[in-house]
Amino acid sequence: MKKLINAPENVLADALRGIELAHPELRVDHTNRVIYRATPKDHGTVGLISGGGSGHEPLHGGFVGFGMLDAACAGEVFTSPTPDQMQAATTEVDRGAGVLHIVKNYTGDVMNFEMAAELAAMEGGIEVRSIVVNDDVAVEDSLYTAGRRGVGLTVLLEKIVGAAAEQGRSLDEVAAVADLVNEAGRSMGMALTSCTVPSAGKPTFDLPDDEMEIGIGIHGEPGRRRVPLASAKEIAEQLVEPILADLDLGSAPGIVMLNGMGGTPLIELYVMYGEVAAILEKHGITVARSLVGNYITSLDMAGCSVTVLRANDELLSLWDAPVETPGLRWGQ
Amino acid sequence: MATITIDHLVSWLEAFRGKVADQASYLTELDSAIGDADHGTNMARGMTAVMGKLSDKPEAVDAYGKTVGMTLVSSVGGTSGPLYGTFFLRLGAAAGAVAELEAGEFAAALRAGFEGLLARGKAEPGDKTMVDAMGPALDALDAALADGADLAHAAASARDAAAAGRDATEPLVARKGRASYLGERSAGHIDPGAASTAMLFEALAEVLEGALGA
Repeated sequence: MKKLINAPENVLADALRGIELAHPELRVDHTNRVIYRATPKDHGTVGLISGGGSGHEPLHGGFVGFGMLDAACAGEVFTSPTPDQMQAATTEVDRGAGVLHIVKNYTGDVMNFEMAAELAAMEGGIEVRSIVVNDDVAVEDSLYTAGRRGVGLTVLLEKIVGAAAEQGRSLDEVAAVADLVNEAGRSMGMALTSCTVPSAGKPTFDLPDDEMEIGIGIHGEPGRRRVPLASAKEIAEQLVEPILADLDLGSAPGIVMLNGMGGTPLIELYVMYGEVAAILEKHGITVARSLVGNYITSLDMAGCSVTVLRANDELLSLWDAPVETPGLRWGQ
Repeated sequence: MATITIDHLVSWLEAFRGKVADQASYLTELDSAIGDADHGTNMARGMTAVMGKLSDKPEAVDAYGKTVGMTLVSSVGGTSGPLYGTFFLRLGAAAGAVAELEAGEFAAALRAGFEGLLARGKAEPGDKTMVDAMGPALDALDAALADGADLAHAAASARDAAAAGRDATEPLVARKGRASYLGERSAGHIDPGAASTAMLFEALAEVLEGALGA
């Protein structure tokens, strides 16, 4: 294993220190491992918390700031954060209008956020809602699994819901926007290589040079199909077609993200985006907004994912609203 | 009649900590086959934290369960934290503010912990989870006690049943947790949660054989 670390067990603590030093607009609670805005939102606005295992940077800590999250709870690499962290964050960001938990659909994350909501209810006083993001079309048999995973759509949802919360909408309204986005977005990912979890020290799975894994999640868990390596154009088809088979855009405009898994150069991501855009055009889909880059990663995994969100005027205007975070920044 | 004391309960978890620490890389290896390669390190970290908290010895089983449960919840993370954490929280709550438990009371407390774990995880037998080791272990414990076995022998039966349950997860297709996303490809691997649960019952049998055995 070759990594820029001091010791595997210190990766998260060391990274949180770096994040704090690099971004004065953020504040880090090192005891609870929560990243906050240095300047809290106004009283009467809905607090937005997300969190999950680390190793997906910039998600979630890199999306804390104006127009997106109020706090992000960081777990160990690929391990859910814990209820005590989430409870601390919930109390801290509550501005009297309630708090929305944005949870990716993984058994651990869901269980821990559930316990946090139970603890918050026991203490009383703060209204907590959750949205469980589940956009991964790679999971076909959702009846016989823990359900579709939460992947790329989480980035789009945090941006759009963040804008709604920033406008001072109520908890009901903010939660409704979250539901709308979750219903209207789908993703599919692939890997060229495994990733290496620092504490494990070796790649999570073996993938021969001439093969790729289609339908991966974001934790180095193998996908559903291992197939021969193909051209960018063919890979784009294998990612986009399952999404369009599951999501009817009609004549609605799309917001499209081509996301890197952490170990793929941007030039390849643009090659992929070109192919994805061509396929969408062939299907008569208008791409109203696009985002290309590393936004929800899987450590050093090489590969990419595609996310398509069926938008409307309201979602586009929330998407265009100003945002100022380490990971996304425009319009201010 | 032999009883279980707080000292036994603490020794049990010290033995469990030793096992998950010694075999952390084995658990992590099982997890990398069908999960996310962190079960061993997470359990070792969590149990080290638990033993740190237990150095200030609790006076009653309910306090013991709360300390162990909350520490696991806050230090393990993942699914193992809430599941093992809920198990000990409910075990303590069921036992109550007592310093000792008779065999039947201990079995009932373990059972209550298991019910809590089932409610939290919503897994059923055969889903390829820790339930597949713990369910048979508690059934064996109850059956042995009903047959008049002493606690040490009943714990040995539980240990054997947990190990058999662990091994029986190998051919199963996972239906809960991250392994479920592999579909058929999850078959052919032992479930890491069932493996650590088997260690929990190995530790219990060891401690009770040492303390209460012939």
